[in-house]
Amino acid sequence: MAEATYPEDLLYHPEHDWARIDGDTATFGVTWFAQDALGEVVFFDPPEVGSSVSQGEPYAEVESVKAVSDVIAPLSGEIVEVNTDLADTPEAINQDPYGAGWMVRVRLSDPGERDELLSQEAYTAALS
Amino acid sequence: MAAPPPQTLRRTPLYDRHVAAGARIVPFAGWEMPIQYAGIREEHRAVRERFGIFDVSHMGQVETSGPQAAALLQRLLSNDVQAMKVGGAQYSVLCREDGGVLDDLFSYRLQDERFLTVTNAANHDKDLGWFRRHADGFDAEVTDAAPDYAMLAVQGPGAREAVQAIADQPLPPRFTTARRHLRGLPVLVCGTGYTGEDGVELLTDPDAAGPLWDELVRRGAAPAGLAARDTLRLEACFHLYGNDLIEERGPIEAGLGWCCKEDTGFIGSDAVRAVRTAGPREKLVPFRLVGPGIPRQGNAILAGGETVGEVTSGTLSPMLEVGIGMGYVAPSAAAPGTELEIDVRGRRRPAVVAEKPLYRRPA
Repeated sequence: MAEATYPEDLLYHPEHDWARIDGDTATFGVTWFAQDALGEVVFFDPPEVGSSVSQGEPYAEVESVKAVSDVIAPLSGEIVEVNTDLADTPEAINQDPYGAGWMVRVRLSDPGERDELLSQEAYTAALS
Repeated sequence: MAAPPPQTLRRTPLYDRHVAAGARIVPFAGWEMPIQYAGIREEHRAVRERFGIFDVSHMGQVETSGPQAAALLQRLLSNDVQAMKVGGAQYSVLCREDGGVLDDLFSYRLQDERFLTVTNAANHDKDLGWFRRHADGFDAEVTDAAPDYAMLAVQGPGAREAVQAIADQPLPPRFTTARRHLRGLPVLVCGTGYTGEDGVELLTDPDAAGPLWDELVRRGAAPAGLAARDTLRLEACFHLYGNDLIEERGPIEAGLGWCCKEDTGFIGSDAVRAVRTAGPREKLVPFRLVGPGIPRQGNAILAGGETVGEVTSGTLSPMLEVGIGMGYVAPSAAAPGTELEIDVRGRRRPAVVAEKPLYRRPA
């Protein structure tokens, strides 16, 4: 998508990651800002299902033609699903970062961590 | 001590056009340069399939003139400069006494006693100083010609036809150069490039760069940035100075023995001859991954479980859609077909030593 978009129903980590919390699980991905800064994403290296992730720590790598970047976990927990479609269509991270470009689903280990994340308003204010 | 003043980045005459075209601008070797416009892969494919236009005005130029201009360059450059005819173009390396590569350069013989040498932007001042330091005793003048020129590269299967359409005379063939008028503007047209495609490089007065750019874009040239320039040159296995060539490595190791004529006695020729005779301790090889992953500069290269070298350039090939790269390896691991592993941040990715170039247009 060409226009910067930051859905209101997501929570944001300052390292340009989002979380969509649904009960005791959450879906993670990177924000419009992150995919725009990366440029064309050509490779997504997912973590293993069953591995644990920690808030603020890298859990995956995303590569553009020019560079590789860590993807930071906005919350802690255990990975229960990875978006295997990204192996064939990593460009979904650019085209639809909040939809088809989702990266992992995580069973949260510390739901209280969500208080440390930013609202859409706070995240976009920090971008400007 | 006071902090040094912030370094001022320079802009090419086309800067405003790049911004207007939506380019992403990055600092590069002291210049604000367009790294991409529509997207790296789209620009890359446009050059392979049609033609693209690159602003390479950051590159430097050194003019060497006078009765002993050829003799001076023969002493400085690794190739046989004296053998170059007027209107000729020649690739060479500039070596230190110990054979280490200071820069890789294209030189053009404009007149019998007048040459133009194109430098890498990051090396221009160093090269100019080296030329001048070694000019003592030669009846030749070394001039910084960088302020006199903007430089455009028009590359791709449709490039010559598009440039020819606005030229007053036939374009010079590959590896030659000639003065032409393009759209009425005087241009030094060079049959050279850095993409592995046919095409030309245009050296012009800075004021002429804008009108030429506009005309060629109007005729279908896709603006292409430094990122596509890098993926194109790597598919073609051309060296990038600072990655594949550095002062601590010599031309034989880099596979550039073909442009070194030690009998001319150029600076560093004894060291180059010694390496050629004894055989290099490492060789630059192209490779491609046989599975997923993208090699990057600095990744270790392994063969048979042992570290045998290091990646100096790596990317995802837009045409082959696999990770490709070049790296220095032990001679025992340098033969095409040798199975390698690239340590991509802790994960070993299978790879194989390839032939040059990594990409060739299907016949």
